[in-house]
Amino acid sequence: MLSIKNLHAAIEGSPILNGINLEIKAGEVHAIMGPNGSGKSTLASVLAGREEYEVTEGSVTFKNKNILELSPEDRAREGIFLAFQYPVEIPGVSSTNFLRTAVNQVREYRGQTPLDAVKFLSLMKEKMKLVEIDQKLLSRALNEGFSGGEKKKNEIFQMAMLDPTLSILDETDSGLDIDALKIVANGVNQLKSKDNATILVTHYQRLLDYIVPDFVHVLYNGKIVKSGTKELALELEAKGYDWIKDELSGATV
Amino acid sequence: MTVSTKKDHQLVELFLSTQANLDKSSLFNELKSAAKSSLDETGFPTLKEEEYKFTNINKRILDKIKKHSAPSTINNIGDVLEANHLFNSLEGYKLVRNNGVFEPELSSTSDSSFLVKPFSELNTEEVKEIGSIQTVSKDAFAALNSYSFESGIRVEIPDGSILEQPILLVDVISADSNGECIHPRVYFHAGKNSQATVIEITIFLDEAPVFINEVEEWNIESNAHIRHYKLQDGHNAELGVSNTSTNIARDATFSSVLLSLGGEMLRNNLSFNINASNCVGNMYGLYMLNGKTHVDNHTNVDHKKPNSESNELYKGILTDQSRGVFNGKIFVRKDAQKTNAFQQNNNILLSEDAILNTKPQLEIWADDVKCSHGCTTGQLDEEALFYLRARGIGKESAKSLLLYAFAGEVLDKITNEMFKKYCEEIVHDRLGAIK
Repeated sequence: MLSIKNLHAAIEGSPILNGINLEIKAGEVHAIMGPNGSGKSTLASVLAGREEYEVTEGSVTFKNKNILELSPEDRAREGIFLAFQYPVEIPGVSSTNFLRTAVNQVREYRGQTPLDAVKFLSLMKEKMKLVEIDQKLLSRALNEGFSGGEKKKNEIFQMAMLDPTLSILDETDSGLDIDALKIVANGVNQLKSKDNATILVTHYQRLLDYIVPDFVHVLYNGKIVKSGTKELALELEAKGYDWIKDELSGATV
Repeated sequence: MTVSTKKDHQLVELFLSTQANLDKSSLFNELKSAAKSSLDETGFPTLKEEEYKFTNINKRILDKIKKHSAPSTINNIGDVLEANHLFNSLEGYKLVRNNGVFEPELSSTSDSSFLVKPFSELNTEEVKEIGSIQTVSKDAFAALNSYSFESGIRVEIPDGSILEQPILLVDVISADSNGECIHPRVYFHAGKNSQATVIEITIFLDEAPVFINEVEEWNIESNAHIRHYKLQDGHNAELGVSNTSTNIARDATFSSVLLSLGGEMLRNNLSFNINASNCVGNMYGLYMLNGKTHVDNHTNVDHKKPNSESNELYKGILTDQSRGVFNGKIFVRKDAQKTNAFQQNNNILLSEDAILNTKPQLEIWADDVKCSHGCTTGQLDEEALFYLRARGIGKESAKSLLLYAFAGEVLDKITNEMFKKYCEEIVHDRLGAIK
């Protein structure tokens, strides 16, 4: 589904990603962990098409298309969803109006007929249950005045509405209390299927107790330096990241 | 410099000479001679004058307007309005002005909830009111209006009258291709405990150069609640100055929403005299400018007594080579303790050639007040734009959504549903066209 080959990216001339290789197949959950500044969020941003980042080398293909040539909106329409680390508050834009515009532009791209108001509302009602999001929140402006937990729930709710093939959750767990974390994880788990895939970018192993990954990758200095299964995450939790750094410097001596 | 002094008075001479032979209505002799002296003395402001330093309307008038008299009234105005979609779609008590001259035949004058009188029918007391709120010395263009107006109306909303429908003040404008000048004048008196909404629109029948120099005076009596909405959506050869001055009495509320969407160069002077306690004065404005349109809003709130409130929010979206000016003065006098005065001016510039000058001016002499002001000028929020695009919304739609949300904060201040919807549609269409 997603194939990242030798991906290098920079922001304002400073390199952040230094040759990422990653293959993701339908039905898989991949966790990407790593210390602060290792390039985790950059990878998520580059995949979603954030324009500040310049891809200097390598390729990213999604469903056999070179997505690096696509605009952020076309990537979303192709089925890539980025749950933001910091969802943006947009005063004056109603959540419902925003979602309906998004859903229908995505449907149009995919050659589907737009949803009318009735169908859209019933879809919304159905998906709201997944993340136990309060209807009152959705009658407000997008993310405006939402708590941290509400914003993250809203991200998963939007993900449910847009039905992506590849979901990238950028530190969706950061700052959540355990109850909110469970709700968010439960939503993600229910949306998982054999046809879609999930990338969990996270700092904490805790999330992986609730969303069990098939693979865990450790990102360091813009490269994947170690890959394994969920046991790797537990090891990282127990030992921190220093042993990986030591191992790496040891290897070069 | 002699050159600038000359230019300063060149326009005054043109106006005075054009109208020297006018049969001055004896009713307003006093006001008109005071206006003439004021003009003779000060001339029109050049860019050297602080109040007009960004808006050289004086020069535009000299360049673009060749006839300094008013156009004759439009002959078939009844037929024109009958065929006008906008005019027919608006519901309310219509007051029509034909090139500035009141048209009683086409206006709703029979409703008992308010009274309209042409200036020629005013009694001595009422004559004295004209020019009492907008004094000639405050602004040269107000003085020019005072000297030049040939007709005018006084609208009386009697004590306790609650208007079921809005008053629609409709100006119909048609000028000679050489350019002409119109000096509309209106005086509103809102009696105690009265309540009304007044909506102003202008219908242009052609795109001939025209200078519209309007004066409005509002006298808001105690506990009256008045809303004033005005849409400026003119053509590219419209030059306009409006002077709107308001006296607000105890427990009264006056709310103004001004939408400036078109014209060549517009200058709006809006002034609230908060003369008593427990008053609320609201000033809201939205200017969405493209092409070479130039809009200058100067506002002035004068808090004279304690425990009153003013709220001001002006927002601008500028593209192409348009230019916006905002200057907001707030005075809180020594007696006006416990005043709450808020002012905000936010702008989005969509092109590198658009220019905005903004200046808040607060003078606070009382020591126990809450006052705030702020202004921002920037581009569209890139982070918000990316967020919307990452959800599959195309760049152009995402921009429109964000701009509409920005403008919506002002549109939401319009409480009359019919007019709000009309304005929303115009703004929506305009934003859809912005690339």
